[in-house]
Amino acid sequence: MLRTPLYQSHVEWGGKMVDFAGWEMPILYQRPGGGGGIHDEHHQVRTSGGVFDVSHMGRVKVSGRHARRFLERLCTRKISDMQGGQCRYSLVCHERGGILDDVIVYRMDEDEFLVVVNASNRAKLLAHFERVRAAGELVVKIDDQTESTAMVALQGPKVMELIGKVSREVPTLKRYRFTVKNLLILKLVVSRTGYTGEDGVEVILPAASVGMVMKMLLKDVDLKAADAELKPAGLGARDTLRLEAGMPLYGHELTEETDALSTGLDFAISLDKDQGEWAETFVGMDALRRIRESGGPARKLVGLAIEGKRTARQGMEVVSGSETVGVITSGCLSPTLGRAIAMGYVRAGNSGVGSVMQVGTGRPGAELTATVVPLPFYKAK
Amino acid sequence: MGSPHPPADRVYSESHEWHKLDGDVLTLGLTHFAVEQLTDVTYAEMKPVGTKIRPGDPIGEVESVKATSDVYCAAGGEVTEVNAAVKEDPSLLNSDPYGKGWLVKVRVSDRAGLSGCMDAAKYETTFKH
Repeated sequence: MLRTPLYQSHVEWGGKMVDFAGWEMPILYQRPGGGGGIHDEHHQVRTSGGVFDVSHMGRVKVSGRHARRFLERLCTRKISDMQGGQCRYSLVCHERGGILDDVIVYRMDEDEFLVVVNASNRAKLLAHFERVRAAGELVVKIDDQTESTAMVALQGPKVMELIGKVSREVPTLKRYRFTVKNLLILKLVVSRTGYTGEDGVEVILPAASVGMVMKMLLKDVDLKAADAELKPAGLGARDTLRLEAGMPLYGHELTEETDALSTGLDFAISLDKDQGEWAETFVGMDALRRIRESGGPARKLVGLAIEGKRTARQGMEVVSGSETVGVITSGCLSPTLGRAIAMGYVRAGNSGVGSVMQVGTGRPGAELTATVVPLPFYKAK
Repeated sequence: MGSPHPPADRVYSESHEWHKLDGDVLTLGLTHFAVEQLTDVTYAEMKPVGTKIRPGDPIGEVESVKATSDVYCAAGGEVTEVNAAVKEDPSLLNSDPYGKGWLVKVRVSDRAGLSGCMDAAKYETTFKH
């Protein structure tokens, strides 16, 4: 199993390590003397700040004369109009419009980009990148930097203030903007992005300098102190945080069988990319256009408020009357809201806010009542 | 937070329930090992008072952030009490699984299944973290 450059820190912080997409990652941290856990870490991030190791995510540098054109063909979203220092969320589809991954593209320079991909999709995407490059005979260098770099997310309402103690520039960044810090031979990419619904940054850095950079970023913060403003948070909290924030997760809301339009992530899908300046057709665009032209996707991703405190889980059927109208993709007892929430795909006719359905738990008589609510479930103040 | 070690005053099943017999009243809960595997417990529902169960029957369900699991009772009998504090605050299972986090009490009429359970020392060596 792969270990991130922060592995020793996880052990020291009491990380309960699990296999995640071939990486040994902390699902949660156990505090000495008991306590800690997913809900504590979740609240820590919502009220103060958390540190996540996200080094398992793939980081692929794409550069060369055709880098821009290459990414236009891969991404459902326009890339060419990005400025240097900008990040953009996009989907990557296959020919039938199903989703291969969701990614963040960083524009480093005119002909240089960094693409952050899901850990579970890294090998698959690298193969897809190579196919698209070869098919277009594009001059582009694809350099997988995942294992030579680390990536850390600092998330929570107190993060920007803490970062302000070591950098004046970072707190002035707008959302989805980044800056590159050159410290001697060390290059840090700091972006105002995240996957928790809170303000914060994600930092990409050389693997070998992770200890030094953490010390520098965290300055006076002792991550192990009971009252620390920033504490380590694991994948368990990352999942409940992103779900409250209504953010999709690959393998749950996003799959190869899910057409991109069903997700409702319309801001990330430009079906007119073959028009105007820098016109290119992205892989899957024709299939998605046909879906749109024939009345749109048959099902839609919705947020569901579940009555009671039981959890609706991935794969459970959503039923209306005697008909199965959808399926749950993610669910949890929302630590912030204190009630059960879920996301799932339901038939377009049942997807309106206020629509009430049942969720089958697999146990007769234990059906849950679900009401469609707007996403996100939680929005930071 | 109680000690993570299984107390010696009760017996343990392979499905990670502890059973503590006091006269003919059995108190049942989940082991520290089990709740660590489950992660944060979010919900617990036991069979209501008066329910008759046979040895090895499910006696309730617990849910955590990660999974939903059945809870089994090695003995047979009748449910006499369900821990209302756990229903109200399921995190008691995480913070004190051998104490305040008990789940249910059963008046035992068939205790044969208990002899197939492990003592604390055997359980701890079998499921060492």
